Amino acid sequence: MLYIKQIAVILTITLISEGIKFFIPLPIPASIYGMLLLFILLNARIIKLEQVKKTGYFLIDIMPLMFIPAAVGLMDAWISMKGRIIPLVIITTITTLIVMLVSGWTTQFMIRRKG
Amino acid sequence: MRDFLLNATYFGVALSLIGYVFGLLLHKKFKLALFNPLLISIAFVIVFLLIFKIDYSDYNVSAKYLSYLLTPATICLAIPMYERFQLFKDNWKAIISGIIAGVLGSATSILILSVLFRLDHELYVTLLPKSITSALAMGVSEELGGNITVTVSAVILTGILGNMFAVLICKIGKINEPVAKGIAIGSSSHAIGTAKAMEIGETEGAMSSLAIVVSGVTTVAAAILFSYIY
Repeated sequence: MLYIKQIAVILTITLISEGIKFFIPLPIPASIYGMLLLFILLNARIIKLEQVKKTGYFLIDIMPLMFIPAAVGLMDAWISMKGRIIPLVIITTITTLIVMLVSGWTTQFMIRRKG
Repeated sequence: MRDFLLNATYFGVALSLIGYVFGLLLHKKFKLALFNPLLISIAFVIVFLLIFKIDYSDYNVSAKYLSYLLTPATICLAIPMYERFQLFKDNWKAIISGIIAGVLGSATSILILSVLFRLDHELYVTLLPKSITSALAMGVSEELGGNITVTVSAVILTGILGNMFAVLICKIGKINEPVAKGIAIGSSSHAIGTAKAMEIGETEGAMSSLAIVVSGVTTVAAAILFSYIY
């Protein structure tokens, strides 16, 4: 019962988000609308935390698995990029690490400055 | 054997999960960033499919149900965000500064490296949105005339790298504040990195989730501006 209700709430929000995406002609994915929508509904107490928490954290917990099929699906794409693959991997790696450091350092500097 | 696998309803899902658990075991034993469960599971599935000469589409018949849950799972990231709302209010200046620094850092470093590697304009704009969530990145890449498949590949690679190196980089860079860690991970490596942030802690996960949204939207504007430079 508990899970049926929670899954119903979460999937209804997912469906509404897909509806928003359908009607707004922007390349914003349904998941972004859904995050904002659920956040607003929780803050407005229209949805209570206990109504989504258990199932929500279950889905978040198994989230890494959900990236496997798409990543495996890029097998062919990587093979077709052979000539350019080395600069692409180097650039992607360096920039990812730079962004992590720049963003983390800036946030930490600002938090600590505040004292 | 091959005939059985091609007809088994749970083949793709089970193979992915076995790969992930195998990755978890390796990670526990060796404690190295390289033995990242997500990376290991992807490599495991690819090698398995190649050895048994199984097409991706046959694997995906069942594995697609894992991807199917991605939209509701991402939406549920609003739950830790809601639970840590007070932390956003208390640190909003630091959070926004950190995310904007990340967005500009990403675009600037891609610009510099594209010039160094003499990439053409198409490949440059293809990479510009690489640190944001894939659906959004695809939209930006298409708008700017990039190659969408390559964009998605770069987005996923970025996510896996973020997932692999988050703990190590935060340690080396002495990023100790949970809020700063979360912002660093979400800004650099979207939802795939956020999955790691959630494992580190709820505050890190909440901040990383917020960074997906804010850096995603900010990057759209930054990528358009930066596309005129090179």
